[in-house]
Amino acid sequence: MAAASVELRRALARVERRRALGGFLLALPLVAFLVVFFLLPILGMLARAVDNHELASVMPKSAEALRNWQGIGPPPEEIVSLFVAELKEAYRRREVAIVAQRLNREQAGWRNLILSTARRLPDDAKGSWLATLIELDPAWAEPAIWAGLRRAAQPWTDIFLLAALDLARDEFDSIVRAPAEQAIYLDVLARTFWISALVTLLCLILGYPLAYLLASLPERWANPLLIVVLLPFWTSLLVRTAAWIVLLQREGVINDFLIRIGLVSEPLPLVFNRAGVLIAMTHVLLPFMVLPLYSVMRAIPLSLTRAALSLGASPLVAFCRVYLPLSMPGVAAGCLLVFILAVGYYITPALVGGAADQMISYFVAFFTLQTANWGMGAALATVLLAVTLILYWIYSRLVGIERLRLG
Amino acid sequence: MRFSPTLAAAVLFTVVGTAQARDLTITSWGGAYQAAQRQLYFEPFQKETGIKLVEDTWDGGIGVLRAKAQGTPVWDVVQVETDELVLGCEEGILEPLDWQMLGGKDKFLPAAVHECGVGAIVWATVLAYDGNKFPNGGPRSWADFFDTQKFPGKRALRKGPRQALEFATMAQGVPPAKVYEALRAPGGIDKAFAKLDSIKKDLIFWEAGAQPPQLLASGEVVMTSAYNGRITAANRQDKRNFKIAWDAGFVYQIDSWVILKNSPKKAEAMKLVHYLTRPENQAKLPALIPYGPTHLDGAKLVPAEYAEEIPSSPKNLPHGVFFDAAFWVENVEKLTERFNAWAAQR
Amino acid sequence: MLSSGPFARACLWGYGLLVLAFLILPILVIVPLSFSSGAFLHFPLPGLSLRWYARLIEHEPWRLTLKNSVIVGAVATALATVLGTLAALGLARARFPAKGLIMALVLAPMIVPAVILATGAYFFYRPLGLANSLLGLALAHAVLGAPFVVVTVSATLGALDPSLVRAAQSLGAPPWLAFRKVTLPIIAPGVISGALFAFVTSFDEVVVALFLTGPAQRTLPRQMFDGIREEINPEILAAATILIVLAVALLITAELLRRRSVRLRGLSP
Repeated sequence: MAAASVELRRALARVERRRALGGFLLALPLVAFLVVFFLLPILGMLARAVDNHELASVMPKSAEALRNWQGIGPPPEEIVSLFVAELKEAYRRREVAIVAQRLNREQAGWRNLILSTARRLPDDAKGSWLATLIELDPAWAEPAIWAGLRRAAQPWTDIFLLAALDLARDEFDSIVRAPAEQAIYLDVLARTFWISALVTLLCLILGYPLAYLLASLPERWANPLLIVVLLPFWTSLLVRTAAWIVLLQREGVINDFLIRIGLVSEPLPLVFNRAGVLIAMTHVLLPFMVLPLYSVMRAIPLSLTRAALSLGASPLVAFCRVYLPLSMPGVAAGCLLVFILAVGYYITPALVGGAADQMISYFVAFFTLQTANWGMGAALATVLLAVTLILYWIYSRLVGIERLRLG
Repeated sequence: MRFSPTLAAAVLFTVVGTAQARDLTITSWGGAYQAAQRQLYFEPFQKETGIKLVEDTWDGGIGVLRAKAQGTPVWDVVQVETDELVLGCEEGILEPLDWQMLGGKDKFLPAAVHECGVGAIVWATVLAYDGNKFPNGGPRSWADFFDTQKFPGKRALRKGPRQALEFATMAQGVPPAKVYEALRAPGGIDKAFAKLDSIKKDLIFWEAGAQPPQLLASGEVVMTSAYNGRITAANRQDKRNFKIAWDAGFVYQIDSWVILKNSPKKAEAMKLVHYLTRPENQAKLPALIPYGPTHLDGAKLVPAEYAEEIPSSPKNLPHGVFFDAAFWVENVEKLTERFNAWAAQR
Repeated sequence: MLSSGPFARACLWGYGLLVLAFLILPILVIVPLSFSSGAFLHFPLPGLSLRWYARLIEHEPWRLTLKNSVIVGAVATALATVLGTLAALGLARARFPAKGLIMALVLAPMIVPAVILATGAYFFYRPLGLANSLLGLALAHAVLGAPFVVVTVSATLGALDPSLVRAAQSLGAPPWLAFRKVTLPIIAPGVISGALFAFVTSFDEVVVALFLTGPAQRTLPRQMFDGIREEINPEILAAATILIVLAVALLITAELLRRRSVRLRGLSP
């Protein structure tokens, strides 16, 4: 009897294991696909944020010597002469710009220093090579440039990640605050959060009553109205953004209307500024608020609030004490979802915002596509990714990822 | 029919995986200008040579060139500004041109000749406004552009330091000819930025050359900096009444045709550059959009009726300053960074 | 329900309808403008015409970009649908170690900002020869579309009664036959609406396209993006109107599928 039951349990476990293995094998193709075309590219991007190969690839011997050199101020003559020899060679091969470009990331202006020095280097040293360099440009006497070169010679660098947090390294390699004209990224990050929070709040203010109304209707009525909520969701983001520009322009439909009914005498500035970004993003993200709210509210039994009312609670009290707490899971799901999606927005602010309304995604794209400063683009993307993953984790704790749906 | 994964995969890769063999590409500045180029050059070139041409558009920037020049580039022929030409050539991301094929360096304006590029057009960045919005006379100087008391409303500048710093300097009363002297003087750049900062809340920035006429047409701004040809083209094609304040001062410069390093279509690209710079072809452009030729013979062939509207006409030229390539080669990256950081903050 | 009186109820209705109007009017307002005979985006219209639609057909770039978008969308949808459906079946089948982690990975492309995938792909796809190719873009779009398929198929699977499959198997049907005759018809609406989602995701995607395409791989959204940035004219609005019609058609299809699925599962009368 006992033996039979053990046997049965084993058989069941075997079946269970086979099912588990089968399930895993079915999921495997997608997992493998995502690892190759999603995870690896992102890991590669993270590596880009600390990538520091330029100096070592163009001037390998100097890079090695600089790595091993410790000290402040100009290095010994043998390192300087090695550096000069490789600089000449790099100039001849038209590769010096790669080094100049890298050094410019350490400090704006060093690009010119490297290039103009390489252009004018004499065949023979006048005295020492260090003296020759200093004669070409006094900057070579400063400790800063040599510390910068040594940093560029390391296998990896943290200057991009530091710069993404408005920090930099000085000539002693200590972390200091970045110069004011470059220190804008904490500001950008704060702006990204602020705009996302405002959009989330606007979506909640607009979405909660709507979801409440829809949830209180019989399905026969609610379904067609839900389609109205879903239509913007299925319509191209670019179509919606174009629509808002047409509406919000200075001589656009809304200003025309406001002036015609005499509400304003001068057109309001509604687009290419913060107001435009908030309006358009709220419009784009509102369905992501309404749908989770709706599905939670649908499940709240009417009898509960009725009971509260019949026990003498005023409608407001019944709402605040009974309905609102029950709808909180929907509020949390909707707000988190809208906030997460808003933090990564790029296209809408790029088209309807001004230069001071751009969020962190814009700068990732800007550095990658417009300036070929890939270290900086990757570093800002790393910051954005970290923020997103933290929010994703919070979402999975509070709401559960199995409830994550965008439609 | 039975579904065959192998067949499906084969079809998929033939339809989709056509990355290798690609057509010759040309990248210009979009909008009305590229439309004119298409009509005058790109389409006839394809007909004449049988070489298929694909177009792209950009708004300039050495960083974009650097990004595009990675590995085997997707661009072949590109129209660039002078600082991009000099920097790109020095960095080895541009191919040296075959000057013999182009007819020799002495056939072009001296400023249109470079190891890696040949002049495409002479053009200018100007102060423009909608004449219909100013029945009592519009802005007459860059000082007016920066005077939001006298002329309330938003105004637009090209995003980036090039031309913007020149205009901000002119607005301080510096005559065009002395602009670069003032910018090179100690504190000159800071003064220009301070001037820009004084109207920051009324400024919006454009990137594509097609935007300024659009911003004027939609009433979004009351005045803007603009490429001169776009303003005239909007007047001709859309019957606008846009005005160019030539005597407010302007920056004129030469754009060049370049070929990206490692272009897989180098021979065809050179053929195209030659076609684009033939004097008779250059001379056709002002009739559609008023940009001047760089070929010395081309300049003589421009019909007199259009010669008035190009930046180098005797009437306009005294008010202009030639883009100082040396200043910008040295400063463009540092100042672009500074400008963008400035623009990104409120 | 909760409303204390007709007045509060009316207020709620008024507010709700205003929000619905906010959602839908901006989209609808561009439809009439695309039929304008003038070039300006104002009401009243100077007259009606189809000239902007004619220009859309004449202009070569629109044709090329439409073709590219359809190819990329089709390939991405096929990949996302097959991989996503298999994964949903696997994930629903049994508990196995690291299932939570796999679920988090599978759904992550919905949450991770497009610009991060785009930047990663920009560096990663080039050495593989996938930069500036439609295939590369389609692969990235399949990444973005697959989670939608997993979610919609999982939703239909959640309601699938496992005893149905077991009944089929106990009657002698091999697993594949049981899948085809029992599981597939029930999850089909989920698969198809997942595929529709994946297609719309690809057809509307512009960020990755900005990073991964050269002039020959330009897609419709990229063309729209440049058009909107430079100059919004009725031609752009004509293209937008066509996209709206497409969206309505897809939405209605998806909605009909959802209802059919609910009916098939016997969830409502």
